[in-house]
Formats: sequence, structure tokens, C-alpha cells
Amino acid sequence: MKVGVVVFPGSNCDRDAIHAARLAGAQAEPLWHEDPDLHGADAVILPGGFAYGDYLRAGALARFSPIMGSVREHAERGGLVLGICNGFQVLAEAGLVPGALLRNASLRFEHRWVRLTVTRRDTAFTSAIPPDVTLLMPVAHGEGCYTSPDDKLDALEARGGVLFRYVGPEGNPNGSARDVAGVLSERENVCGLMPHPERASERLLGSDDGLLLLRSLVTSAGQRLAAA
Amino acid sequence: MTVAERPPRPAVAEVMHTPLHRALGLTDHELGVIGGRLGRAPNDLELAMFSVMWSEHCSYKSSRPLLRTLPTSGPGLVAGVGENAGVVSIGDGLAVAFKLESHNHPSAVEPFQGAATGVGGILRDIFTMGARPIAVLDALKFGDPSSARTRRLVSGVVRGVGGYGNCVGVPTVGGELAFHPSYEENPLVNVMAVGLLEERDLTRAAAPGPGNLVVLYGSATGRDGIGGASVLASATFGDADPQKRPTVQIGDPFAGKLLIEASLELIERGLLEGLQDLGAAGITCAVSETADRAGTGIRLELDAVPRRETGMAAFEVMISESQERMLAIVRPDRIDAVVEVCRRWGLPVAVIGRVTDDGDVTVVGADGVELARVPASALTSDAIVYEREGRPPARSRRAPAPGAPELAHDGLPERGMDPGAVLVSLLGDPNLASRAWVTGRYDETVGSDTVCGGAHGAAVVRIKGTAKALVMATDSNPRVGALDPYLGAVSAVAECTRNVVITGARPLGVTDCLNFGDPERAEAFWQLTEAVRGIADACRALELAVTGGNVSLYNESAYGAIVPTTQIGVVGLLDDIGRLVHPVFRAGSDVVALLGESTPGLGGSIYADHAGAVPDDRPPGIDLARESVLQALLLDATRSGLLRSAQDVGGGGLCVALAECCLWGGIGADLQVTVGTAPAVELFGESPSRVVVSVAPTAWDALRSLAAGSGIPLRRLGLIGGDRLRIRLVGEGATGAAEERGAGVADEVDMPLDVLRRAWESGLPRAIGEAG
Repeated sequence: MKVGVVVFPGSNCDRDAIHAARLAGAQAEPLWHEDPDLHGADAVILPGGFAYGDYLRAGALARFSPIMGSVREHAERGGLVLGICNGFQVLAEAGLVPGALLRNASLRFEHRWVRLTVTRRDTAFTSAIPPDVTLLMPVAHGEGCYTSPDDKLDALEARGGVLFRYVGPEGNPNGSARDVAGVLSERENVCGLMPHPERASERLLGSDDGLLLLRSLVTSAGQRLAAA
Repeated sequence: MTVAERPPRPAVAEVMHTPLHRALGLTDHELGVIGGRLGRAPNDLELAMFSVMWSEHCSYKSSRPLLRTLPTSGPGLVAGVGENAGVVSIGDGLAVAFKLESHNHPSAVEPFQGAATGVGGILRDIFTMGARPIAVLDALKFGDPSSARTRRLVSGVVRGVGGYGNCVGVPTVGGELAFHPSYEENPLVNVMAVGLLEERDLTRAAAPGPGNLVVLYGSATGRDGIGGASVLASATFGDADPQKRPTVQIGDPFAGKLLIEASLELIERGLLEGLQDLGAAGITCAVSETADRAGTGIRLELDAVPRRETGMAAFEVMISESQERMLAIVRPDRIDAVVEVCRRWGLPVAVIGRVTDDGDVTVVGADGVELARVPASALTSDAIVYEREGRPPARSRRAPAPGAPELAHDGLPERGMDPGAVLVSLLGDPNLASRAWVTGRYDETVGSDTVCGGAHGAAVVRIKGTAKALVMATDSNPRVGALDPYLGAVSAVAECTRNVVITGARPLGVTDCLNFGDPERAEAFWQLTEAVRGIADACRALELAVTGGNVSLYNESAYGAIVPTTQIGVVGLLDDIGRLVHPVFRAGSDVVALLGESTPGLGGSIYADHAGAVPDDRPPGIDLARESVLQALLLDATRSGLLRSAQDVGGGGLCVALAECCLWGGIGADLQVTVGTAPAVELFGESPSRVVVSVAPTAWDALRSLAAGSGIPLRRLGLIGGDRLRIRLVGEGATGAAEERGAGVADEVDMPLDVLRRAWESGLPRAIGEAG
């Protein structure tokens, strides 16, 4: 099972994502943004950072990079894609997940530990998460306020597309509509979330809850590989 | 202390009618010396090069004789003073690079860009050595938190530090925030960066090998930051002087991130002979320093420098401080590979010259016309040096010798005091309150190595693939420094190393940032002299080397000088992260104890600020031999796994330290403190060399015999438990206050943690008007 982690100029969580994906049991390798070849990756992670300096708008330029065409094709074939933080912003800009991410309600960069509820365990990104467990992981972003028109939010919720929500006293760090922290694509093979599971993959660092998410991804990708 | 009535603004200098050398910040005497070094009069371009290189900022012309007295060698040190950053070996083929640096004046003029480029600059110093930056700590000092100016500066500086660090993906894991009226016009932005490298990748900022190519990569050169080193950093200034705005550099963290990745790739692949970042004094500094270190010369082709604007004069290109640029020395057969790496990272790259064997920096214009020729050494190692005169002020408030008799009036201010109320007010003081408002703006978990961030205590960053971790702290003691600059420096070194040692880590070295006033004033120079003597004494006593640092002088405005501020940074090595000791109380029924004992004096304490008139404003002294024994004892106790927690007694004294242990651990304590004739000294005094520890009941006897063997006093204070902090006072000083206030008021601290937490958490946002 091979995970490819895309490196845009300005990505700064690529090394963290590779480290955590390996902890989750995957082979993990960097994928350079100018090279459209996914080098046989079974799942793709778009990591956090400030791709292309986040000039214009977070994620706005990254979606035009050569590798994003291949990521889109991978997703269209049903391949798994996980976008974390800036990676979520890139996915939203590319239209691979619904909604948009605006500046935080506080208008400030926010770093804090947050708690997430997981709405479903029957997805490729949550299958290894035990029932009734909430996830503790950090957020670190300036533009993470999830936004979508009300009717689309209703539809998203109705189809089970809201996968993670902020809960508990730690609260909603960015003013996201309906406390949305992470969403699924319509085909449920692309997931974007603002919190950082890769930074919460070892007890020593404060939490290993994020590893549950990454293990789900690795296991699901492995099963799809076996089935194919 | 209050800021005196403000004098009228100083007139802006009449630049137009002064001779060129004076307009550039050189004195008539210096012009003469330059003529002597060259054997002829300098031309205008050479004069501009000398003006930036002979600035205080680049030449250390006032402080160099003092800095030579610091201990600068130690075990494991593989690069020290004179390099871009100190580097210490930590075993397993790894080494750590670290350094503190100031960016004070740019931050006063333009807080966001000033702070951002401060972070960018110190990060470049780290990766220039071949190290990947893994942590940033920011030590910030501002004036009155309620003034509009301070609030604008705090907001801008915090956004600037975060804006750069967050974007390049280096976690900001700790630091310091302090307020004092003397920083009102002249805030201090000191930033420490720490990096990790394979020892074999250690890179020198030298230009060896005549015939090698001189390569400039990174951003193109523009007109920003012209004269930053000479005009801005090396003179006193009025606030927001509009003529100085162009001297502030503009940071681009995205370019900075690409520069880090490209530079580390070039180094890892062994493609470079030398590497130097461009900071103060730009190309002039980079070529002259690299040539001088290698004993070579550099012939520079000016037109080959990529520009971001047209029509730039030769001197502008030579002294521009445009950010995110690097100078590499490359063998001709490796240039293609170097160009390929830079292009892949999207960075402009150009060969701008060659290494020569003549020892000169030669600048050549179009058609090979020689525009300047100066010996590299005249600009750097042989720059002018001053033996300045220092004189203590008429009335100095030196610390009493350790062991001096406790004066009766040390106890006066607490007459009628309710210690619980004092504790609440101290916890809410913006100098002691939670920094969460600041640290929440910083990404402290990027890199997936942060074990303990900036919320409390020293920062702990693990080293992947090993059991090791680096522990880092910054400390300063400006209130004490104001009364006694020597003691301010000694106590900063002692406190910073202690903060590292209490985690169980062995300090690797000390980096310093000396923030002082105008060295041409005898009192300011005396303060600097005393501080350097203090650092030297403390480092010798604790057997540590100063591995590098920075001097920031002329921190004065028309309203006066800042208080002498010796900022210290320490990095320590924890061999086994499993043995990390946290500062927080952990388990009910554990025994709480105090190692060390208080000494007289309330001067320089936060309590003294709150109490108003303290009759004796001497700060407590420090016994360095005892400090050294205490630190050795703490390392012993941690290695033998005795300690459940350890917390330094610092600002706010014992009561605040105990409250912090409770708040951070989310558990109360029931304690008893014996007070003599001076309860305020015991409860809120800030005498050094004291540590609050907790141990499991079964470990108490072992700790007691360990302490007895070392001669460090150990006092049992009580037990952890509950959701209140209760401190009963016993002893002769325990009565009186309650009697004077009348019946019904307990003469003790007995506070629910919720109350203490509210005070601690709301203190900073309330003080700077960001509450709610």
C-alpha cells in the first residue's frame, strides 16, 4: 500500500504527513508538484502549508499545478485522496470537495487543540475509529471557516457528507458553518479536513487520535488494492 | 515607574547639507582611519561599503573588546562565536545549531515586517550552517500595555513572528513577553532559532579556493533595507521617523521557505564550498566576511546581480538588505547542478563573481571598470574598534552579598496584606499571566516534534529516530538589570539554565542578545560592561560556553534609554525523552517541597511593582557556586527518576510558582510555608536558586538524602490534592496582618483554582485591550 504526499512549493506538512503515514503502516513517498506521475500511489495526501505562498487565495494557485490534473483523474477513478488544512483548501478550490474556506471568524491565525466528533464509521477515512470516540488534534490556520449556502449544507448533511465536527469546550476555532471540520466528496473517496491528524499520531506529542484516521485510509486503500 | 513628560520630538537630521560620510553614519575620525587602511581616500562606493560594515551592528566596534572576555569554548562545540550560529554536537552524528538575535529598531518602525524579517534572518543563520530549523522562540518586550502605541506594536509584532514562522513551517514553541515603561518607544524583538543537522553537513560561511564561483540565489535585489545596519540599527531614533521607513526590509516567507529547502538540498548533496546568508549590509557583508574567513578575495561583477528594479546605483546594489538571498561558493564543475536545484525551487540564481587570491573585495562594473577595491579584512576582522569609557551612575543599587543579614524593613510592604488577593493580582499581571493570547497565533505543532510548546515552562522538541529531545528556554531579568546590570545578566543565565535543567536536560551552551543604550554614553557602556562580566561569571560557574549571540546598542529614544536587558537563550539535551520532568503537579498525595531558600531583597520583583513603595529596592543576590550545586542535584534527581515535577521559582516568587504548578496540572495543593520576619520575601520575593518539586511519598526519603548530601536546603511544604490552593503561614511572621485587618480574614492563601485560573488567563488580553 503506497501513499503519495504531494509537495507544492510552500507545503510545510509534507514531511509530517509522510512520517505519520508510515506510522500508519503505509509506504509513503513525496510527489513533486511539477511531475504529473503519481508513481503508483494508491492514495494521495495533499498536506498542509502555504502552497505557492497562498497568494491570491489559499489553494487558488495550487489547483492549476501539473500534479493536480493527475490527482483529479485518480479521484475520478475512485482513488482515495485526503486533503489536510491547506490540502483541504486546495481540494475545495479544485471542486473535489464541496464548500469553501474563508478567513477565520476571529480574523487571526489560530493554533489550538480541538476535539472532533466523527459522524460515520463506514467510510474509507473513519473505518478504524472505534465508536463513541472523539478525536483530539491540533488546528493551525488562518483560513479555515467552512462556508456553503444553507441548502447545500442541508444536502451535504443529508447525504452524510459532513464527516467531522468541532465539539466540546475547545470549541469551533474558526467560525465554520454548523461546526464543520471535515467533509466528504459525493463519491466518498475524497476527504478534506482542517485539523491535522498527522500531528496527532504519537502519544508523546499529545495525542495519537489522528493515527486512527490515517490507519483507516491505509487499510481502506489496501482493501481496494486487494479487491482490484 | 512612569514615563516622564515627553520632550518635543527631535528634528529630523538635515541630510542634504552634510558631507557624504556623515550622512552615511561615519565620523570624521573614522573617515581618516579608512584613508589609512586604504592608503588613499575612499571613493563614494567604498565609503558606502565601509559605512555599513563599520556600523555598530556589523562591526561590534564598541562591544568587541568586551565580548572577547566571554568563555567561548566547551565540550562538543563544533562552531562558535564568529560563525552564523553556534553548533554543538549531541552524539549519533547529530548536532544542534542555535542563536538569539535582535530586530528591535525595524520592529519599532514597522512592527509586522520588522518582526517577520527578524524571524527570517535568524532562520537563515541556522540553515546557513547546514541545519534544518526546528524551532523558534520569541522574547518580546514592550512598554505600557494600555498605551495605544504598545497595543499596535504587540499586535503587529505577534502577527509578524507568526506570519513568517507559520508559513515557513517552523514551530514557534516558546519565548517570553514582558512589559516595562522604558520599552515604550523602543520595543525589543529578540528571536531565537534552533536547528538540527548531521555533523557531516556542517557548512562554513567562507570563500575558499581561488577560482571558485560566487553564486547569488534567492530573491532579486531591490531598494529595500538600504542602510538598515548603519542608519537604523546603529543610532538612536525618534518614533516612526518617516525617513527611516525605507530602511526596513520586507519579508517574503514563501521565498524563505523555498530558500530553506533549496539550501538544505545543496548542502546535503555536497555541492557547496561555503554558504553565507545576506542580512545586514547585504552583498558587501557576505562577500567581505566569506573572503576574510578564508583569507581570499572576491571579484564581483556588479551587473550580474539580478535586480527587481531598474536604475539602481552601484552602492544601492552593494548595501541593499533585500531579504531571502544567499551567497554560495561553488566549484566550477558543480555550477550546473547548483543552478538546476535553484531553478527547481523557483529561485533566481546567478554567478556574480569569482574567488581570488588577492585578499581584496573588488567590484567591477560594465566593461570591466573597477568601481571599488577594498581589503576584505579592512571591512571585517580589521574594522575599527573603540575602547569606550564606562562609568557607573552616581547611585547604584547593588545587590547585597549572599548571606547578608535580612533587614527589618524587607517585611514592611506586606503589613495589612491579604496574600490570597496579592496572588490573584500577580497572576493577572501581564508579565506573569498566560501568554495563550500570543501563542495561539503561532503554529507550535508543525514538524510533529513538539512535546511541550509555549503554554508553560521550557519548550521540548523531540528528535525523530532517537530517544533524545532538545529542551529550550529564553529568559531575561530586566527589572533586576535596571537596578544592577551585572546581577540582571547573572540571574538571566542562572534562570535560563535552571529552566532547562529542571526538565532533566543538560545545557549545551548559552546564546545571548545584549540590548543596551548608546555606548558612547559612559553609563550605558558601563551597563554593557557589567552585563558581559555577569554572563562570563555565570557561564564559568556553570561550566558553559557562550556559543554566539548578538549585540543591539542605541536602544534609546528622545524619551530615554531602555533598562539594560540581557536576553539569554539556552538549549539542553535530554538523552531519554521518557525521563522528561514536567513543571506541573500530577498526582494527588504527592509530596510538595522547596529546594533552596529565599534570600533578602524585593527589588526588581513584580511584587515590588504591585506594592508600590518598597523601602529597600535592592534585588536579592545570587551565589553561583550554590546555583551550580542545585543544578547538579536536579540532574541527579531526574536521572534517578525521583521527581514527579519541578518548577523554577521565578517572577512572582514562591506563591506564583506553586499556583502555576496547580493550574497547569489541574490539581490543587494543601501546603504550609514558614515565614520569618519578612513574609513578602518568602511568598513573593524572587530570589534565585529555588525550585518547587513534587515526589511520590515513597520517594521522599531518597530525595531528602540526595539533598542533604549536596547541602541544598529542602523544605517539605505539603501535599497535592483537591481543587484549591491552600498555603497556611506559620512562624513568627505569620501573625500581624490578619490581626490588623480584623477578625474573619484568614492570614493564608486559600483560593479555588477556578479563581486563580480566571486571573491568569484573562490577565494579558485584559491588559492589552483584547478581552472578550
